[in-house]
Amino acid sequence: MTKKFWRQGEPYVWATGLSLSLILMLTFLLVYVVMANGIGVFWPNRIALATLKDNSFVLGEIIQENIKPATGQKRLQFKIGNRDLYDLDFKWFNAEDIAAITYPPRAYLLERQEYGNFYGFLNQLELNGLARPDLNDKLEPLEAALKSIEPLQDEITALNSRIAEINQRIETIQRKQARLRHQGKAEDRQTGPLAARDQELQADFTKVVAELNRKKQELLQFEAVFADANGLIKRIPLVEIVRAIQPNTMNIFAKTGYYIERLRELFFAEPRESNTEGGLFPAIFGTIMLIFLMSVLSFPLGVIGGIYLREYAKDGILVRMVRIAVNNLAGIPSIVYGIFGLGFFVYGIGGQIDQLFFAERLPAPTFGTGGILWASLTLGLLTVPVVIVATEEALGAIPPGIREGSQALAATRFQTLTRLLLPMASPGILTGFILAMARAAGEVAPLMITGVVKLAPALPIDSSFPFLHLNRKFMHLGFHIYDIGFQSPNVEAAKPMVYVTTLLLILIVLIMTSTAIYLRNKMRARYSVIDV
Amino acid sequence: MSAINPAIVTIDNPQVEIDNLNLFYGESQALKNVSFGIPQFNVTALIGPSGCGKSTLIRCINRMNDLVDNLRVEGLIKIDGEDINHPSLDVIELRRKVGMVFQKWNPFPKSIYENVIYGLRIAGISNKEVLDATVEKSLQKAALWNEVKDRLHGSAMGLSGGQMQRLCIARTIAVSPEIILMDEPCSALDPRSTAHIEDLIRELQGEYTIIIVTHNMQQAARISDYTAYMYLGELIEYGPTNKLFTMPERKETEDYITGRFG
Repeated sequence: MTKKFWRQGEPYVWATGLSLSLILMLTFLLVYVVMANGIGVFWPNRIALATLKDNSFVLGEIIQENIKPATGQKRLQFKIGNRDLYDLDFKWFNAEDIAAITYPPRAYLLERQEYGNFYGFLNQLELNGLARPDLNDKLEPLEAALKSIEPLQDEITALNSRIAEINQRIETIQRKQARLRHQGKAEDRQTGPLAARDQELQADFTKVVAELNRKKQELLQFEAVFADANGLIKRIPLVEIVRAIQPNTMNIFAKTGYYIERLRELFFAEPRESNTEGGLFPAIFGTIMLIFLMSVLSFPLGVIGGIYLREYAKDGILVRMVRIAVNNLAGIPSIVYGIFGLGFFVYGIGGQIDQLFFAERLPAPTFGTGGILWASLTLGLLTVPVVIVATEEALGAIPPGIREGSQALAATRFQTLTRLLLPMASPGILTGFILAMARAAGEVAPLMITGVVKLAPALPIDSSFPFLHLNRKFMHLGFHIYDIGFQSPNVEAAKPMVYVTTLLLILIVLIMTSTAIYLRNKMRARYSVIDV
Repeated sequence: MSAINPAIVTIDNPQVEIDNLNLFYGESQALKNVSFGIPQFNVTALIGPSGCGKSTLIRCINRMNDLVDNLRVEGLIKIDGEDINHPSLDVIELRRKVGMVFQKWNPFPKSIYENVIYGLRIAGISNKEVLDATVEKSLQKAALWNEVKDRLHGSAMGLSGGQMQRLCIARTIAVSPEIILMDEPCSALDPRSTAHIEDLIRELQGEYTIIIVTHNMQQAARISDYTAYMYLGELIEYGPTNKLFTMPERKETEDYITGRFG
């Protein structure tokens, strides 16, 4: 009986099922934690007003409640915001200290440019120096006031971009001057006009900056006077307010609208407040562009390498050693790739490029410092073995009859390769590509030393010539997670953003791999061979 | 030619002439001093037990063995008087002249239409009328036209085994070869499909020189004009099929065809 039991291998079957379910459970747990914490971040919570037994008040969102292990007392964590007033965003209160909790409809939640959220009550508006105490409890006048300063803000934005433009021109002229100096032509017929133009632009610059400062002063005349729960007055310039809501009066539709608005900001806006607030657009853009560049650079290389190894290289000790080496490349820690990328691409190749083409800017590096090109190349190096192995396996899996049949019809090896083998191998190659892409999307360590930054001043693609700036540093979702989760000055306040960023990164990987999988399935349906 | 051997008939004006062919896979010899001539527009069958070198031999005729590593050929094969192993000979031209049908049908994962014209496309022919005409003619010759004419652009993978093998024959015919090599084309087919292919071979004879490897002695007797019996890499007997099956010269041949051995 027991002999039969062991012979049929029941325990082994259980073990296989068990290990699969374990893997699945862990994966689901991870996704669940990220989803559960990430999806609700932008949903507006009610604002609670807690009356404490010492007759003081606390206003904020109740984040969680639990039993303090040391004393066994129930306690509540409030997000009290108002960092400029209280220094702390979060605070614990013992439940027994709280006399009552109400949800006042007039409570405001302000998202601000600086110092995080503000929770409080509106006393009055002061528009252009004119106090309007009548406009104090409804949201609409505040919204109208916020809208009224928009033209002024637009003017400031226009002035800012004008300053950037002037700066760029000045920089161009200075670069020309530096090049002339570098070539030893101190007295060229260009130097005179260049200097004149430079002065003209400098004067222009001073004028625009003065105008900008005047407008900014003007803008500060529009203020809202708020009070916190205990009546402490806080004057907040309207320009500081990103968004104002009264969550306790919002119905489900208003909340949904707010949620969508926040999502839109997440996808399309720049980050604020050392990345813990605002949008993720530069990081999303950087991540996608990095993976795209990486694919463009490493995919053809890997496929061609795989083709050579399988189709053309004579099987021998050398090829076998190359194969072993390629397989083992995948096991090298990614930070080692990063260091190699830094030494070889950044300092080696980048340094040479600078010497040859950007000598006048030295010692300031152009390509000789981390940038999206070098980061992509480093990631490409990291993923190319996966593509090579996948290509080789896919070509090897094609029945030999196909090759013979094609060659018997007077096709050359190359024709057989391009007309039959590559299309037939494409699903397998795409599988390797998917794996490579997923791996690249998740890598952070090699990027940290080859060009990723906390906050990039400009995107790698923009409207200034030559449009594609491969030398620029970039932002990346994976690094963003590390940065705001572990390097941020206010880790507790950044926590929701960590989850959101993680969710977004998973989502991007999912979208890209699903696209590739869809493509692969189409190819597979088209080129599968029925092996009878 | 080697010394006169009564068991091996001499063919006048053979289209394929094999002279003292020796073939080695590394150290082991797969063909030993094989010499005979194959007449034009006839069906020549190669029979013999497994591993006797039949397939290896016909794969020499279109130099399919080039793909195999570690293989060495000595001796001479001439087609229409030309040495096919001569360095100046273009193997692509040779394969255009000598088509091949394999034991295991191997249609490409393309449409029926594309399968038939694969060889033409490779040769750079893209004239739609020529291609259409070739598809119809080739499929008709391969006795497949009536079955597939309504789904020419459907996948070849939807055909039955026998149909796929006939498609492979059509594909071979499409490039108008002079010689067609068939390496056990029916061994994986059921009797009905086999009969179909045999009919087809009989119809093609007279237009093409067909060299067929088969395990099935009845098949060789039914369809071939000449038969060669091989054993352990050597050509034992070769002659007109009628004679070989009724009055074999050699004892080994008789043992094999009567089933006492093999």
